[in-house]
Amino acid sequence: MTNPQNVSLNVTQALEFIDPSALDIPTVSLLDENGHLVKDAVEPNIDKETALKIYKTMRFIRALDERMQAAQRQGRVSFYMQCLGEEGAVTASAAALKDDDMIMAQYREQAALRYRGFSLEQFMNQMFSNEKDLGKGRQMPIHYGSKELHYMTISSPLGTQIPQATGYAYSQKIPHINAENGELSSEINNITLCYFGEGAASEGDFHAGLNMAAVLKAPVIFFARNNGYAISTPADEQFAGDGIASRGVGYGIKTIRVDGADALAVYAATQKARQFSVETGEPVLVESIAYRLGAHSTSDDPTGYRSKEEESTNTKCPIQRFKGYLLTKGWLDEAEDNAQDEALREQILDAVKVAEKVAKPPIEDLVSDVYDTPIPLLEKQLEALKAHVKAHPDAYPTTAGRIK
Amino acid sequence: MAQMNMLQAINSALDISMSEHPLACIFGEDVGYFGGVFRATSGLQEKYGKHRVFNTPLTEQGILGFANGLAAAGAPAIAEIQFADYIFPAFDQIVNESAKFRYRSGNEFNVGKLTIRTPYGGGIAGGLYHSQSPEAYFAHTPGLKLVVPRNAYQAKGLLRACIKDDNPVIFFEPKRLYRASIGDVPEDDFIIPIGKAEVVSEGSDITLLAWGAQMEIIEQAAEMAKEEGISCEVIDLRSIQPWDVETVAKSVTKTGRLLISHEAPVTCGFGAEIAATIQQECFLHLESPISRVCGLDTPYPLALEKEYIPDALKVLSAIKQSVQF
Repeated sequence: MTNPQNVSLNVTQALEFIDPSALDIPTVSLLDENGHLVKDAVEPNIDKETALKIYKTMRFIRALDERMQAAQRQGRVSFYMQCLGEEGAVTASAAALKDDDMIMAQYREQAALRYRGFSLEQFMNQMFSNEKDLGKGRQMPIHYGSKELHYMTISSPLGTQIPQATGYAYSQKIPHINAENGELSSEINNITLCYFGEGAASEGDFHAGLNMAAVLKAPVIFFARNNGYAISTPADEQFAGDGIASRGVGYGIKTIRVDGADALAVYAATQKARQFSVETGEPVLVESIAYRLGAHSTSDDPTGYRSKEEESTNTKCPIQRFKGYLLTKGWLDEAEDNAQDEALREQILDAVKVAEKVAKPPIEDLVSDVYDTPIPLLEKQLEALKAHVKAHPDAYPTTAGRIK
Repeated sequence: MAQMNMLQAINSALDISMSEHPLACIFGEDVGYFGGVFRATSGLQEKYGKHRVFNTPLTEQGILGFANGLAAAGAPAIAEIQFADYIFPAFDQIVNESAKFRYRSGNEFNVGKLTIRTPYGGGIAGGLYHSQSPEAYFAHTPGLKLVVPRNAYQAKGLLRACIKDDNPVIFFEPKRLYRASIGDVPEDDFIIPIGKAEVVSEGSDITLLAWGAQMEIIEQAAEMAKEEGISCEVIDLRSIQPWDVETVAKSVTKTGRLLISHEAPVTCGFGAEIAATIQQECFLHLESPISRVCGLDTPYPLALEKEYIPDALKVLSAIKQSVQF
């Protein structure tokens, strides 16, 4: 080993600190507030169909979020989380992937799932924990997942998906490694993209996941959504460094920071990140800067911790901005768009009414999937429970009528 | 058949598992070229390449997070935690992630291909942090399987079963026996099913139950008891989760007495769960209270290790108390 400590070998006589802000990390921005390309901006390779799909997905999620926020206030669902302000960051990053790339999200990324084709009915079935929910009614609303759409089921504990994304991505790379020399033998087919917030980046799993991805060389895009708040804790009470991006450099990871309210910039950055990952098999860190316009969740009230003044100066709407871009390109029919949005809001209300009437999962789903097949102890517990429910049917109306 | 110690038996099981699936990976601290601090993975990196047998940075939570992701993608993920004492940084990944992956997703995703190997237990002058037996923490988490072998033969057959099982499994390896346990082990592949206890020797007066390295102790105690005219039935539980209630209950129904022995502290050790279940199953057959000969409720000591451990003499003493109750 010529360099056992694995450090750069420049020597100096200057007794000077390196300033924490030495990197002065820039934020990539391509569109101005009206959706016009700013001076010197290089437009990424994006076709009309993709651009319209990004826009329609953002509109869908904005409408879904508004309706479901209201549905929660009416007591129809127990919980909800909006993507408000971050629709551009999430949708455009998902759009820059291949549809069978893996997405491992935190929880506020319903737009990525929608982009992949998750139906309104599927969203509703999950939120109403009914028997058609792919997750069998086991998790709180918004914990979506779909094997078919390569979207890993959401887990509430923060940051756990980060080292998992490293492992998942590593498996995607193995078939492309030449066993003789350990080098890539071909471009990688699929990568993993991992979303998380700036708060989750304080978890130990963040450090573990990024460090392992860098050392083991896993083709994963870490997409940090720096939205300024972790529930009520502002970013300046979360970390003292230059955002999350500064850490990527420390781990030895290619890093880029982008304006998260600028869907075109997010698309361009993620496209570049994906290209780098499939060619080298290595990770990239993307930090998106977009203000969380809404509350953390329906259980939260931001008026308790941030001022009206702050909110009124942070109003960037990614949807309006991208709409401006589409109009400039001549790709959007505004009248048709408005009509579609009106119709969508009606469809959402109708879907709520359907999903809330679908039956809850059967009692057997209490013990299925704990293991691949129920162990004897669980079978015994289920039989005892069924006998109890049958003896007291009025106390357990959800399942009593359906026990054989 | 070949003479193997437990490490060689484990190495053989790993070798077969690696040859079986092109995506299978072995990883952990120092498991690469060096072959692990106990040398269980010796020679495997040369055979299967650096991309499939590799060192990880020193982060147990990272090892398990990585392992969960790898297994979720369908790759057999064989993770080593260097000492069971150091598994706790990975507790969240194991308890909240591995164990719940299938359930929370409605089986959209699972980490059935995950196997965690970790050396556990005392008797090696390892003090607080190289001696613990943390199986009970994990036994309280639905979704995990827990397996502990008592000798080289069992280690190979059970580890193969763990790797092939479609659920996340923790395989606790009794490190005191790594080189001490030598016996005939088939060189070819074989499986010992998970969830089945084994009656190692039959007897009529009392049932002695243990697992892993503690088997040697209760077998020794059974020999000593025999000289005093007491006939012991000795059972190796082998799997902590799921555990074989039927075999244990059948034995206790016959003998009327049960002694459980484990190295871990007695309070909330897995022996407590066994005692509760067996008094339920065998209440009218019991001739004496169920006895537990276990570690004290202290951290694992160093200078006073001999006093701490549930040795054969303590077991013999408890056997006599039970029989004379």
